[in-house]
Formats: sequence, C-alpha cells, structure tokens
Amino acid sequence: MTAVHEDTRTHLPVYDEDAEPATPRSSIGRASASDRFDRYGAMLAALALTWLLCERVLPLAGPAWFAIVFFLTCIAMTVMTTALSGTLTDIKDRVASIVVTAGALVVGVALASTVVFVVSRGWRPLLHPNFFLHDMAGVGPRDSFDRGGILHAIVGSMIELALALLVTLPLGIGTAVFMTEVGGRFAQVVRTVVEAMTALPSIVAGLFIYSVFIVTLHLPPSGLAASLAIGVMMLPIIARAADVVLRVVPSGLREAGLALGSSRWRVVWNVILPTARPGLATAVILGVARGVGETSPVLLTSGASSFMVTNPTGGVMNSLPLYIFTTVRSGEPASITRAFAAATVLLFLVLLLFVIARVLARPKRTRRSRRIRLRPGPESTVSGPGRFLSRRSTEDLA
Amino acid sequence: MTTIPAQIRPDEDVLPRAISRRPTGGDAVFAHIFRAVGASVLVVTGGVGLFLAWQAYPTLHHYGWSFFTTQQWSPESDVLGIAAVVVGTLEVAAVAMFFAFPLALVTALFITEYAPAKARALLVSLVDLMAAVPSIIWGLWGFFLVMPHAAALAHWLQQNLGWLPFFRVDADPNAPVWDASRYVASAFCAGIAVAGMVLPMACAVMRQVFSQAPVGEREAALALGATRWGVITSVVLPFGRGGIIGGAMLGLGRALGETIAVLLIVSPEFVIKPRVLEIGTNTISALIAGRFGDATNIQLSALLAAGFVLFLITLVVNTVAAIIVNRSRSGVGTDA
Repeated sequence: MTAVHEDTRTHLPVYDEDAEPATPRSSIGRASASDRFDRYGAMLAALALTWLLCERVLPLAGPAWFAIVFFLTCIAMTVMTTALSGTLTDIKDRVASIVVTAGALVVGVALASTVVFVVSRGWRPLLHPNFFLHDMAGVGPRDSFDRGGILHAIVGSMIELALALLVTLPLGIGTAVFMTEVGGRFAQVVRTVVEAMTALPSIVAGLFIYSVFIVTLHLPPSGLAASLAIGVMMLPIIARAADVVLRVVPSGLREAGLALGSSRWRVVWNVILPTARPGLATAVILGVARGVGETSPVLLTSGASSFMVTNPTGGVMNSLPLYIFTTVRSGEPASITRAFAAATVLLFLVLLLFVIARVLARPKRTRRSRRIRLRPGPESTVSGPGRFLSRRSTEDLA
Repeated sequence: MTTIPAQIRPDEDVLPRAISRRPTGGDAVFAHIFRAVGASVLVVTGGVGLFLAWQAYPTLHHYGWSFFTTQQWSPESDVLGIAAVVVGTLEVAAVAMFFAFPLALVTALFITEYAPAKARALLVSLVDLMAAVPSIIWGLWGFFLVMPHAAALAHWLQQNLGWLPFFRVDADPNAPVWDASRYVASAFCAGIAVAGMVLPMACAVMRQVFSQAPVGEREAALALGATRWGVITSVVLPFGRGGIIGGAMLGLGRALGETIAVLLIVSPEFVIKPRVLEIGTNTISALIAGRFGDATNIQLSALLAAGFVLFLITLVVNTVAAIIVNRSRSGVGTDA
C-alpha cells in the first residue's frame, strides 16, 4: 500500500518550517465528524434499503425479517462507506462493533421480553387483593380472578426456604470457614467434594430426597422433604460461594489479628467474617434466589396442595414455582393467566432479593472513606470493616 | 529510669522453644468444631454422590448393560434404557450452546469494551439479574412466546436447508398450509429456552475475565495504533481464552441438567433422532421429572442411575471448566 523507499538508510527527518501548524484533534476519544457520518449515514441508508427490500422487493414480511435484513444491510453499508476512506483494518473494526452491539441488543431484548411478557400476561389477577390473601381451596380452574389466590404458595415457598436456610446457612458458611481458616489435607478433600457436588443437577437432588424419604422411609410428601431437597441443592452452592468470598480476605488482616494475640476464633468472628460480610450476604442471597426459583426438587418432594399448609411435616405443601408449573400445565386459559400472575410475583421476589444483595454487596460509602483517607481525624477509627474490600473485589464476589 | 537488664548467664543451656503448629486451648476447640462442620457437610454431599453411585448396581444387575443401549422407556414391559435420553440431553444442550455461546461472548465484549463506562455497572447487574431469573419463567417464555416463532424458523430452515440431516423434518415442507404441530415441542425449541438461562452464566464468567485483561497490554496495543477490534483480538481474547472456554463449559453443565423448561416444552419421545427441529425428544432430567411418580423400586433405582449418569457428565464438564479457568492467566491473587 505504501510506497517502498529505495533508500533504506536511516535519515534525519526534515521539518518544513513554512507548513501550517497541525490542528490538534479536539477530542481523542470521540469520533470525528466524518466517522460519525460514516456510521450514522450507513445506518440511515441501511434502514431505507431494508424498507425497500422487505416491503417492496423480497417476500420477507414481519419485524423479525426486518431486523435481520437491517442487520445485514447495515454491515454492507458500513463496509461500503468505510471502504471509501479507510483501510481493511477500519472496516473490520466497524463491522465488529456492529456485530457486538447487535448481539448485546439481542440479549437485552431477550431479558426485556421475558419480564414484559410475563407481566403483560399476568397483570390482571394481581389487581385483585384476594390474589395475595386467599388460597385456591375450593376454587375451580374457570372461576373469575376475584376468587382464590396464591397465599398458600407464597407461604409454602417461605417456609421451605426458611427451613432450608436454617440448615444450609450455618453448615455452608461453617464449611467455608473450615476450608479457608483451618485448612489441612482434610479441608482439601472437603473442598473437592463440595465443588464436585455443585454440579449436581437439582432434579437429581430432588430424586435423592424422594427415594430416601418418601420411598424408603415411607414418609408422606411434605414441606420438610421439599426444604431438604432444596437444602441438598443449595448447600454446595452456598459453601463454594462463601469459600470464594473468604479466600479473598487479605491475609494481612488475619495475620495482624493473630499478631495482636487474639485467638483464631476471635480473628474469624471479629476480622474475617465482618470483612467478608457483604460478599457473604451476596453469596447467600443469590443462593436463595436460586433456591426460590427451582421447581424440580419441590416437584418431586412436596406434592401440590391447593390450600394453606403451615406445618412443614403435615403433608403436601405448595410453593410458587410448583404452583406455576402445575397451573400452567392444566391448560385452562384462566389458569394460565393465574400462573403468569404467580410468575410475576416470583419474578419480582427474585428481583427484590437481587436488589438487596446488590445493596449489601456495595462497599459502605466509598466517598466517605476517601474523605477519611484524605483528612485523617478522629473519625477514621470508626470506619467499617467493609472498606477493606475494594469495590472491585466485592463486585467480583457477587 | 532505664535499667540494664540482668545478665543472662550463657552457661545455662538455652534451648530454643519448641514451635508447634498444633492449636491449643480455645484454638483447638475452634479447629475441632469447624472440622466437625466440614466433615458433616462432606458426609451429606458425598453421601448423595455415593447413594447415586450405589443405585447403579441394582440397575445394572436387573437390566444389564442394555440399560445404556436401549432407547425406549416402557415401565409396563420393564424395558428401560437411557440411550435416547442421553442423546436428547446432548442435543438440547448443543442447541442451547449454539445460541448462548456467541451471544454470551459478544455481550461480555460489549460490556467490557464497547459500553460507556457509566453504563457498565448497570449492564453487569442486568446480566446477573438475568442469571437469577428462575428456570420456570424461562420455560414460560420459551413455551408461550418463543415457540411459535421457533416453529416458523424451523419450517424455514427445513425449506431452505432441508438437505442437512439435522434440519430434516418428517413433514412436507412445501405443503400449502404447513403443519405447525410437527415443528413445535422439539429439541430446538427447548434449546432456545435453555439458552436464555445458560447465556448469563457464561457471560458473567467471560466478562469477569475480560475485565481483568492487563491495562498495560491494552494501552500498548492502542499506542501501537490498534483499533478497538485490534485490542480485542490481540489482547483481550488471547488473555481471556481460558475464561471463554471455562464460562462456556459452566453454561454447558447447567444446560445439561436443566429440567423444568425442557419438561414444559418438549413432548416426550424415546428415540435417537438427529432431527432437532422435529417434535419430540427427551432429556434425562425431564425423564426423571416425568416418570418418578409411577416407578416401582427397581425403576426408581434405574431413574437414580440415569441421574447419576447425568451427574457424572455435568461433573466432568464442570471440572474441566474449573481447570481451564484456573489455568488461564486470570487467576491473580488478591494479596499481590
């Protein structure tokens, strides 16, 4: 492309004293006017061409075809406009940025369509307060939405989760403390097994509890069995996540605590756990979000009641995902709408848990701690342990 | 007042204090309590694995090796095998990865390389939120929203690419009114729903690895005149190769074990068939969820053995993924 110099010897550059001073680009990061023209002009041209192709030339009706043709013409147009002024490298860069942006857009549309679709199909029963306050006892599948509700499923989900957490939380975090703080060869064995068991499909966890509790021990399907199934599924997940969180606690803190003469339990309780608290909370809440949405373990173990059950050992119990699954399978349009309403509730429950996890994971007031660092004063002694974890590391833990 | 310490008499034999790493007193109690906790978790989790493995024995005893080669699952005539469901599981996972892998990769690239810095945290949260959407909701999405469109796409693929063996469907592609019921409830439709679930997991791992790509190398590439895409191909992708493969395999592990979305979408059928667009397939997990209720003891142990096979597959996939992620350059210690 460039002319090959015949003279390959090194030579001093010659400055042209009379040349006009080079105008510096106003901003280095921003696209220049011609770049912008290339990009948006190509898009505009592609849009027009797409309309022409889809609506007038080719038999490709529908928004899906429009999007696909637009994507392809966009690439073609960008290649053409860039080729006018740029090199192959520029063309590659432009095309790559279109492809990457389009891919991300598709993912965004998928997520948005999930939320919008579920809410749009299920908002109607949500307007009736009885949907949150009644159970489905004696309510037929064709009854109107001012009868019956999903209180039994919400309460069932809560009870099952609480029971599962009661077992998995101390065991999971305790195991993580054991793996990171006590250590040794045995801890390596535990870590290997726990990591292996995170691969356990949730349906197999449910089948395990089903065959042990219900088939072998002849216990009835109950909320307890369901919470055990959820627990078996969640325990490795929480233990592993907590292990990851505890491992990134800087060992300097641990050593400082020990050097000051505190016992190892004191170091764990007063240094390690408070430091890792946001990350631990995130790990647990994300585990809970996973547990509350899993249908397969409860499908096998809890049975599905249509009425309120608060005793976890007292026979069949319902839960939100199971309610959604069984109701949607009935095929009745009104029931399907109810299922979508329950799915909306579940979705917002997960969203709520997720937001809580984010808020907890956020390091405590980074702005204030920066001020403390700049102006050391009496305040600096009361700064929370959360600031030992940088924002980056707590984000990564989540 | 400063005093001079009394002279230590050198003639007395001073032995160095014996140093022991063995915890004493409260530390010993602490270590023992937590060792007990760890042991109990080991017993619980390891117990599940051992129980599943142990269930394979009566199954093999009863059905023999034909358990792995038989396609049908007919409890009434007591002929069971997992050949068809294993293939179905792999097909659904393959379809899911076909959609999820490229999308996860470009989404991760978009978040780390293209998105404005202010929007980055929000996008990361959105992807994580997507990972937290329950599988039943992906199932509803796949069944009610995507399936009609997926069927239309399947019909189009059959019309235009029908000569490929896996795009073949047992229906006339050029019928005046195409028979939509032949194209729904297929491995293809289930795979799309599973892809929605798998994608954010794979994307999260890839994004994390990409964001750790060394700034110095990025800037060096930029200083040498690389475009954004040049930085990606010369720095980010080579650095993140481990994360890309590992993240994809973690997603694959999840896709293999997915139950509810598949159970909701596919219509169960027990034949090995490469025609992913056609109605009817089954996966191990959907098989378990569909057949546990009417199983006799021996059939239950056959289901558990099938679950064990599934567990082994996901275990291998996850372990390989973990090894690849850990071996990549991205595992930088935090104490550095």
